[in-house]
Amino acid sequence: MNAPNASGWRPEMGSADAADQVTASGDRALMLEEPLIFELAAPGTTGVDFDPPAASPLTSLGKFLRKDPLALPGLSEPETVRHYTRLSRQNYAIDLGPFPLGSCTMKHNPRLNEKVARLPGFADLHPLSPQQAVPGALEVINQLAFWLIELTGMHGVAMSPKAGAHGELCGVLCIKAALQARGDDRKVMLVPESAHGTNPATAAFAGFAIENIPANAEGRVDLAALLARLGPDVAGVMITNPNTCGLFERDMKAISDAVHAAGGYVYCDGANFNAIVGKVRPGDLGIDAMHINLHKTFSTPHGGGGPGSGPVVLSKALSPFGPLPYTVREADGSVRLVEEEDGASEHPQGFGRMAAFHGQMGMFTRALAYILSHGADGLRQVAEDAVLNANYVLRSLDGELDAPFGASGPCMHEALFSDAGLADGFSTLDIAKGLIDEGFHPMTVYFPLVVHGAMLVEPTETESKAGLDRFIASLRSLAQRAKQGDPALKSAPHFAPRRRLDETQAARKPVLVWKGDQPA
Amino acid sequence: MPRYFTQDHEWIDVDGDTGTVGITDYAQGQLGDITFVELPEAGAAVKKGDAPCVVDSVKAASDVYAPVSGTVIEANGALDSEPELVNTDAEGSGWLFRLTLSDPGELDGLMDRAAYDGFVAGL
Repeated sequence: MNAPNASGWRPEMGSADAADQVTASGDRALMLEEPLIFELAAPGTTGVDFDPPAASPLTSLGKFLRKDPLALPGLSEPETVRHYTRLSRQNYAIDLGPFPLGSCTMKHNPRLNEKVARLPGFADLHPLSPQQAVPGALEVINQLAFWLIELTGMHGVAMSPKAGAHGELCGVLCIKAALQARGDDRKVMLVPESAHGTNPATAAFAGFAIENIPANAEGRVDLAALLARLGPDVAGVMITNPNTCGLFERDMKAISDAVHAAGGYVYCDGANFNAIVGKVRPGDLGIDAMHINLHKTFSTPHGGGGPGSGPVVLSKALSPFGPLPYTVREADGSVRLVEEEDGASEHPQGFGRMAAFHGQMGMFTRALAYILSHGADGLRQVAEDAVLNANYVLRSLDGELDAPFGASGPCMHEALFSDAGLADGFSTLDIAKGLIDEGFHPMTVYFPLVVHGAMLVEPTETESKAGLDRFIASLRSLAQRAKQGDPALKSAPHFAPRRRLDETQAARKPVLVWKGDQPA
Repeated sequence: MPRYFTQDHEWIDVDGDTGTVGITDYAQGQLGDITFVELPEAGAAVKKGDAPCVVDSVKAASDVYAPVSGTVIEANGALDSEPELVNTDAEGSGWLFRLTLSDPGELDGLMDRAAYDGFVAGL
């Protein structure tokens, strides 16, 4: 099996299957306990030798001279490397097993992407390199931009946003710029309950007033409520499609048409694009702006493994307001990065910049490698397999876990369960902690808010049927224990490097600074 | 001193033109352990339905809506150091803020205890 600590042994347990055997070190073969780096440090130890300075720099610092010691731990290089490597063995990662974190699309990062991104011509670039020196990098940006536009059926794309919420902000600022350009002072952004939580935050940050649109009994946007609210004060609507209930918004085109007719714009949160890539083009649904999480749909590492990247595709109506810089292909076939507006610019009304440079180059190379290595048929199969896997999880747990929207038809890329039917005192949290004991990363919990005790499972296309069956067997067992009220589940995890943490105290009285032996 | 309830699980005690606002015991039970309460400033003008206050729990951050319009007189400063009062005594010492009512007529749309209990029972 794929559990990193299959024996469940922890150092403080002293013994597991060999009760009378203890080790002098406290460790047990490859099961390692690890102190804090400050506790490992020895005074006077360092991993770097500096030559003594010819003249002391201290005299020129004057009153800026530091008075207290810096309190950095002193370790040699091998001690430092071992410390972090030992810690990493207590962590969970997509390279260890399934990572069913709903809404996060924790898919496998193909090693081909990594090979491409490590080519020195890409890996060693500097963002201030002159354009003539980096034609290959500009070609990558432009080709990726082309494919993102092609896959979404949109008109333009802003490549520079650094992640999903940054992309949302970019899209909403485009909407704001478009409204300002026509002298329109609309202030209200409509956000359905089934949208991502970052959507209202983004709109508020851009200066809009947020109004919620309720979900219907199916878990989709209440179309009648949305239509009733449209008017001359509505700047636009931010919709997540597929939404956070794991459902496709079937009324998307009708919503877009109505919003456009009322003079507003449609923002789509593209975080769940993995479910529809190659199947549906958001541009055909009337979307005006949508960010694409390259780190989700296009398999660039995330979740502690790498930076995000959130290009925003734009409709013909919003493209003129997109930010700098952007790439254009010249008549001679070369690609130019437009860094400043000029008379011939395609973005005469661009709202400015989202970032100092042109975006996350390392993510661009990985995403383009993923797109080109999969091809059109491969990307379509990605979406189909991701949806198939989620429906397999959803239907395999029929009668075990409550699926509040199970009757709304097939789900998209994620399966949503509630805590209905668990024994008194048992909650979603207990099932999530139990999954840690089972050797899996927990699913997303308590989101979306429209479902009580939500459990959102996104298996992605990465998992094989055999892998899904192991996960489903664990979840079924946990659901049964939670329904029967197994007290051992209340104190899970039992087999992880750390037992259940006191999350309330961690939030109320967080200990953020190591203070030596003093009580924190 | 009459106490009124909203469908969003706030309560308000009314004494003359002064109202004391909190969330109900049912609401705190749904939220779980409260970790932080973001309170309004004295002097803030609030409209019925505004969200002058946010309650953070281990599960979620939730807006608290003003049951009526008015001007905030004071907030329950004890919650800064003891947010758990909202868990242990939601409808007493865990109150959130007091305000001067600008339109007592707005109370007419709120529920009394019996109506609220019936509302919760139907959830």
